[in-house]
Amino acid sequence: MALQSLDVKQRSASTTVPPGVRETLEVAKLIDVSKCIGCKACQAACMEWNDLRDDVGIVQGFYDNPADLTDRSWTVMRFYEEEMPLKGPAGGTENVLQWLIVKDGCLHCEDPGCLRACPAPGAIVQYSNGIVDFAQENCIGCGYCQTGCPFNIPRFSAKDQKAYKCTLCSDRVAVGLAPACVKTCPTQALTFGSKEDMLDLAGARITELKERGFDKATVYDPAGVKGTHVVFVLPHGDPALYRLPVNPEVSPLVAMWRSGVAKTLGVLTMVAVVVGGIFHYMKVGPLEVKDDEAKET
Amino acid sequence: MTNHWVDIKNADVVMVMGGNPAEAHPCGFKWVIEAKAHNKAKLVVIDPRFTRTAAVADVFAQIRPGADIAFLGGVIRHLLEKDAIHKEYVSSYTNAAFVVREDYKFDEGLFSGWDEAGNKYDKATWTYETGADGFAVVDPTLQHPRCVYQLLKQHFARYTPQVVEDITGIPQAKFLQIADIIASTAAPNRTMTHLYALGWTQHTVGAQNIRAMAMIQLLLGNVGMAGGGVNALRGHSNIQGLTDLGLLSDLLPGYMTVPRENDTDLDTYLAKRTLKPARPGQMSYWQNYPKFFVSMQKAWFGKAATKENAWAYDFLPKLDKVYDVLTVMELMFQGKVNGYVCQGFNPLASFPHKQKLIDGLSKLKFLVTIDPLATETSTFWKNMGDINDVDPTKIQTEVFRLPSGCFAEEDGSLVNSGRTLQWHWKAADPPAEAKADTEIVGELFTRIRALYQKEGGTFPDPILGLAWDYKIPNKPSPDEIAREFNGKALGDIPDPKDKTKTLAKAGEQLATFAHLQDDGTTACGNWLFCGSWTQAGNNMARRDPSDPSGLGLTPAWGWSWPANRRILYNRASADPAGKPWDPKRKLIWWAGEKWAGNDVPDFKIDSKPEEGMSPFIMNPEGVGRLFGTDKMADGPFPEHYEPVESPSANALHPKVGHTPAARIFKGDRGNMGKPDEFPYAATTYRLTEHFHFWSKHTRIGAVLQPELFVELDEVLAQKKGIKNGDRIQVRSKRGRIVAKAMVTKRIKPLKIAGKEVHTVGIPIHWGWEGLTKPGHLANTLTPFVGDANVQTPEFKAFLVDVEKVLDRA
Repeated sequence: MALQSLDVKQRSASTTVPPGVRETLEVAKLIDVSKCIGCKACQAACMEWNDLRDDVGIVQGFYDNPADLTDRSWTVMRFYEEEMPLKGPAGGTENVLQWLIVKDGCLHCEDPGCLRACPAPGAIVQYSNGIVDFAQENCIGCGYCQTGCPFNIPRFSAKDQKAYKCTLCSDRVAVGLAPACVKTCPTQALTFGSKEDMLDLAGARITELKERGFDKATVYDPAGVKGTHVVFVLPHGDPALYRLPVNPEVSPLVAMWRSGVAKTLGVLTMVAVVVGGIFHYMKVGPLEVKDDEAKET
Repeated sequence: MTNHWVDIKNADVVMVMGGNPAEAHPCGFKWVIEAKAHNKAKLVVIDPRFTRTAAVADVFAQIRPGADIAFLGGVIRHLLEKDAIHKEYVSSYTNAAFVVREDYKFDEGLFSGWDEAGNKYDKATWTYETGADGFAVVDPTLQHPRCVYQLLKQHFARYTPQVVEDITGIPQAKFLQIADIIASTAAPNRTMTHLYALGWTQHTVGAQNIRAMAMIQLLLGNVGMAGGGVNALRGHSNIQGLTDLGLLSDLLPGYMTVPRENDTDLDTYLAKRTLKPARPGQMSYWQNYPKFFVSMQKAWFGKAATKENAWAYDFLPKLDKVYDVLTVMELMFQGKVNGYVCQGFNPLASFPHKQKLIDGLSKLKFLVTIDPLATETSTFWKNMGDINDVDPTKIQTEVFRLPSGCFAEEDGSLVNSGRTLQWHWKAADPPAEAKADTEIVGELFTRIRALYQKEGGTFPDPILGLAWDYKIPNKPSPDEIAREFNGKALGDIPDPKDKTKTLAKAGEQLATFAHLQDDGTTACGNWLFCGSWTQAGNNMARRDPSDPSGLGLTPAWGWSWPANRRILYNRASADPAGKPWDPKRKLIWWAGEKWAGNDVPDFKIDSKPEEGMSPFIMNPEGVGRLFGTDKMADGPFPEHYEPVESPSANALHPKVGHTPAARIFKGDRGNMGKPDEFPYAATTYRLTEHFHFWSKHTRIGAVLQPELFVELDEVLAQKKGIKNGDRIQVRSKRGRIVAKAMVTKRIKPLKIAGKEVHTVGIPIHWGWEGLTKPGHLANTLTPFVGDANVQTPEFKAFLVDVEKVLDRA
């Protein structure tokens, strides 16, 4: 939902020039997986703040509930049991079980594939602080945002045929509050602030984790989407372990479809059709129904 | 907790065994994360399954349910063998040097004094040798063959790493890795905090599990230290307050005890409880028992308690035996209980052996539940198909439901695990006709009293004599009750040091329990809470987060019992000369004329170090007990006993499998399963998404964890043809439940003495009331047996069988 108190930087299917007077801070949420205990308080807080109540589901053999993101579950905890070679008590490596708990939800890409793919003017906006938000009143329910998203985030509502996802609590952030999930996180696995501060914090955590033996610890802020406004600290490094795309990027098709080339190409095509039509008219004349054909019908 | 939540951040090692705080106490767990992130602490987790706490642990070991003492015994042996103990602490602050009576013995699983016929121990031999001076005999060199240190070595010599592996299933290398991490905190400048909860209490050896860790912490010198201690994480909001106020059948407020049948008069009662020092120069704080008791009687009975009637001693009931929850349910089952009032309690879901409970509840004439929610107990008579297959036409119990408010609908205080009392304010009125619990009790009491006034009765005096001076008698306010617990002066209390001054004037709120008197001039509902609401006001409502010491003591945030002391036994944080062991962890120190420091000294404030008073002032001997003397029902040392239902024989003494002192009723002996029929070790537990049987009534809680499931390992699942998400049946000797299967890598088959043992994990949160999918009560399966000391049911270790359900209901 678009808010007047946040400046809009980008707007889907529009060429509006963003306002430029105010100096706003780029924000980010840091998810430190090494501090997360999977308590789902973030999920509960998200439902509370955003007035969302998903259906009471069933257990499918996992702790993940609801089992997937939905129009009413904008964040879900995912639990992965991974056995991986780590240092054992005797010094050598042994297969050690790790329970990797990942908070799934929108990453608020700096270069948002959803926004680029969206054909409905103003249905998806990006604020100057980096948050990517859906304005459902402008959504036409075409599903292009899903195609455009490299993280498989937007979900459609069966109720109103519109797309929904995490807003990073843009309403809270607009008035200087942290997102509800961050506010409620008991272990500070979630923190919120300027992107710069969050990257500093993440860097310090990587140093600490490396001291504790997590040699491959890394920050996940993928360059393919020009960085994200939700950044992860991954103690075991490899994003694939956490089911995060290793090199996410906006699909070339989507990139082309909303790019200047595509637009130019589209305009050229339209002009060509009109010109061609004129030539056709000049050469062949108007298309008329002949008398005998008309009689047959 | 000996320490408190924030203090966890000061630890070098955080040991979690018998609990799962990330899951059950996620908010408090922030301090474990803090210790890891800012104190480079190592987190060690030992549990029957890989939990959410294990997910952030540095080291995890999977243990067989009910094998904890074998592990802890192995640690004690390891510490003694490697001499990784805090020697000066052990020799000065524990009973290591005390000489035990010659006739104390331990042989083949039995301590001396076992009375087969009476089914209990005669504990006479479990005590110290007494010298000619009337005090206990000690040998400071620790060489006497019967001194506690030597007996300890001898007792735990059997717990070798091999024995630990054979009983617990934890490989020796893993055991030694953890034992070395624990041993590293024997250094005076390193501490380990230990966190436990119901994973330790809910065993027939529950109290001994905790004792074993207390002994380890004493050997390491970690008791009384910042970042140390033995810390019980309480399972409900304000369950700490419940025990502080004595809401157990054999307790009075402040851990005083209800008189027994043979305590025929006040003097007899007090003499047994007013403990004299067992060593010269010791404080033995319970010497003040008469002051606490008489002041409580004055708070309860006011003017009706006089010197002449022994402070209304005869108004108190006298116990012929302990009426713990299992006993009451057993009596109900036998048809000997007419009515049952449960307030804020869902016993059908919370006690073992559901069918036995249903039979008992069905024999009642009336049942009253006082609760904000519809509990399964209040609808025990309802046929819910497979999950509660009863015939309502055959149940004549009349059920009354009195809707109460919840915590947010009243003012009051909550005592957290760290003994801090925090006042809270009402946020909303209770809905519809619901009333605050105090109002419900107030209404009941005033009407019962009116009946006694009108009709008399066999012995109306306690009811008619009860002091009930609340402004609105049928609606006592939380303020009034809190002031009453703190206590006030009934007359001027002269200062014994200067008779021209007074400690308190008549009518004033008391400042400290040190001012309590045994002559009827003070009234105090709970001596431990004295100081919480003084003349200065409600100290529980203080919200100053300042922390001058940096140790997280926050002395002006709320108020902690006793005496606003944040860390118990803090005298032990300094050496015998009064100098803190660790300059980074300075709690108190000898400041020349008196003790001073960052915390309130847990000691006689002006006792000079050279006077030799020891830090554990509540104990008559002044020191911490490695040898438990006669304080425990099942032995002065912890010993590994199998759960009553166990997949394995006792490897240490096959003839004595489970603890002989366990609480088992005759009729239940036939209700215990054997491993040939029920081969799998089962354990029950909570999940973070739910709070007991409450949060299933909330939509969000129901969304986050909607349906009953049971966890089992991949090998067992494959053997039984069970796939993830299948419907399975879990059977014990007492009943069956049907649940979704969760096949997981987080539980592994264990090798127990060469045999493969599987563990089945059963979360407890479902029932037929609320918004989650209806489910069986987990306690359909659990055994009706209890801990030898405190009768806590053995929910954490029993036997089941598992199979796939083929007919889809």
